[in-house]
Amino acid sequence: MASQVMTNLDPKSRAAAKGLSDLTIRNLFIIPTIAFLIIFNIFPLLYSLAYSFTDFRASTRAPANFVGLQNYRDLLSDPFIWSNFSITAKYVLISVTGQVLVGFGLAMLLNRAIPAKGLITTLLLLPMMLSMAVVGLFWKLLYDPNFGIINYFLGLEKFEWLADPDMALYAIAIVDIWMWAPFVMLLSLAGLSAVPKHLYEAAEIDRASGLYTFFRITLPLVAPILMIAIIFRTMEAFKTFDLAYVLSSQPTTELIAIRLYKMAFQEWQTGMSSAFAYIVLIMVVAITNIYVKYLNKVKAR
Amino acid sequence: MADIALQRVTKKFGANTALRELDLDIKNGEFFVLLGQTGAGKTTTLRVIAGLEVPNSGKVMIDGQDATNWNAAERDVALVLQQYSLYPRMTVRGNLEFPLKSRTHNLTAAEIRERVDRVAETLQITRLLDRKVERLSGGEMQRVSIGRAIVRQPRVFLMDEPLSALDANLRDVLRVELKKLHSELGATFVFVTHDQVEAMSMGDKIGVLNRGKLVQVGTPSEIYARPLNTFVARSVGTPPMNLLDGTLAADTAILDAGRFALPLACRHGTDGARIRFGIRAEDVVLDEAGEAAGRVFDIENHGVIKILTLDVDGTQLHATVSAQTKVKIDETVRFTWKPEKVSSFDPATGRNLGLG
Repeated sequence: MASQVMTNLDPKSRAAAKGLSDLTIRNLFIIPTIAFLIIFNIFPLLYSLAYSFTDFRASTRAPANFVGLQNYRDLLSDPFIWSNFSITAKYVLISVTGQVLVGFGLAMLLNRAIPAKGLITTLLLLPMMLSMAVVGLFWKLLYDPNFGIINYFLGLEKFEWLADPDMALYAIAIVDIWMWAPFVMLLSLAGLSAVPKHLYEAAEIDRASGLYTFFRITLPLVAPILMIAIIFRTMEAFKTFDLAYVLSSQPTTELIAIRLYKMAFQEWQTGMSSAFAYIVLIMVVAITNIYVKYLNKVKAR
Repeated sequence: MADIALQRVTKKFGANTALRELDLDIKNGEFFVLLGQTGAGKTTTLRVIAGLEVPNSGKVMIDGQDATNWNAAERDVALVLQQYSLYPRMTVRGNLEFPLKSRTHNLTAAEIRERVDRVAETLQITRLLDRKVERLSGGEMQRVSIGRAIVRQPRVFLMDEPLSALDANLRDVLRVELKKLHSELGATFVFVTHDQVEAMSMGDKIGVLNRGKLVQVGTPSEIYARPLNTFVARSVGTPPMNLLDGTLAADTAILDAGRFALPLACRHGTDGARIRFGIRAEDVVLDEAGEAAGRVFDIENHGVIKILTLDVDGTQLHATVSAQTKVKIDETVRFTWKPEKVSSFDPATGRNLGLG
């Protein structure tokens, strides 16, 4: 069967000279990958699933007791957890919307003949290459109410960006937008440059306004790739940890990932946090599935 | 409905000069065909007329007004391209409605519907109206693209090789339809093609372009019978005009090939002058008593006629004979030409000496 699917090795190749069959070579590539996946992904996944039904604490030697769905029941009826979820939802919405608007806008600006286009694009892409923790640290300095450059330029005196409970989440979202709008820009730019120029010319000849052309030609053609950018960014924003953790420790900025971290590694509720992680996993899969369905619909049109 | 004129238009792309001081006059209601090879500047000319390219120098006049700096929308032209350029992800109806939905029209939904339906009927695409354009065949796409052009009732129709991507049968059908459309609408058509058969069969007037310059403008029969120079002679007609170098002697042409002396009706030059004689394949006559002889090199049977390639002492020339004529390859035949149909060209400049 395998030999039917695969083309046979070139009998003159070095591998053949060493007496390797194409089946051996296939296994050579596939077995390490599968082993890696099982040991580091699938096994912990199942192991933590088992833990999620127990009251296990990694900090004690007490044996784990099976508690059934109690962890899940507790978590889903905990109003604090729901507040974590709504904070996260708000954060994802603000941050992804901001990234799409800024990123797509930049892409529209760059999608024309301008001098030093390559240099500008590269410079705009830099934030995306930095480490999250580093970005968090220097934005903390920028936001600083005493010597921060942002307050200086905006003339805001001692405005507490990160200590203000209402503002902190927006402040974090702004940093996330700064960092990841270039990613959306990059994908949008690829989408925009794939729109054939003759369509714009046809629209110009047909006396369509710029706005009409944008909504009827540009947007429908860029939509699939924009959707992919949105899927990526939503998943990432959903599990944001480091940026928020470094920047602020307000209750109003406690995203799910931070709550999860605290539960698992500060309170050592291992069983409970495993259950929490599973809830988050199911949500991410569900949201992604909705997007993918929508993406396929956009592509089919 | 408009006259179009280009006045000394030059268009450069970087170091490339696409159009060199091009002058062009297209009268209202004309079916004007721009004929030329790839790179001759046909498409550039069309784009300059459409307002998609701004000339480096020169003027574009529409109805006597200087339109050089008008944009495409202001010029009110329609453009049909070889690659159809339909708006993707829309239905055929969506595409046909598109030009009507801009602010300049202010049509009601009912008016738009009525116009689209009428155009669809004209082009026989009514049954396709609700289909996505991605699901159309090439011929259907081109019909929609033509439909999108006529639905707006523009002043001028510009067509850039609209039939080139279609297969031969469909091309013939659409050729006839376009011609019919032109006479129904009475609008000005500018049609670009590299296919001289298309140019000859469709155009009221043909403009032959070569390297950014207009070589000759005239009706198809003028261009065919009296080409201005050897370039036009070779680019129009299948097979192209035979060009034979020779010398003038009294009322005969002494061909270099085989030293045959053939009669001339009128002469352009003194005895001994070097002339490039041009003769259409159908004006070469096989004749037992003919002055010249050649070996049959190839026979192309076209049903009604046969096109012979004759080898005359190393020079090849084409002759059209009726399909009934019995000839065999490698057979030696005698032939002559119709003296009144011979054109004389200057071998150095290629200019037709018979046209002043």
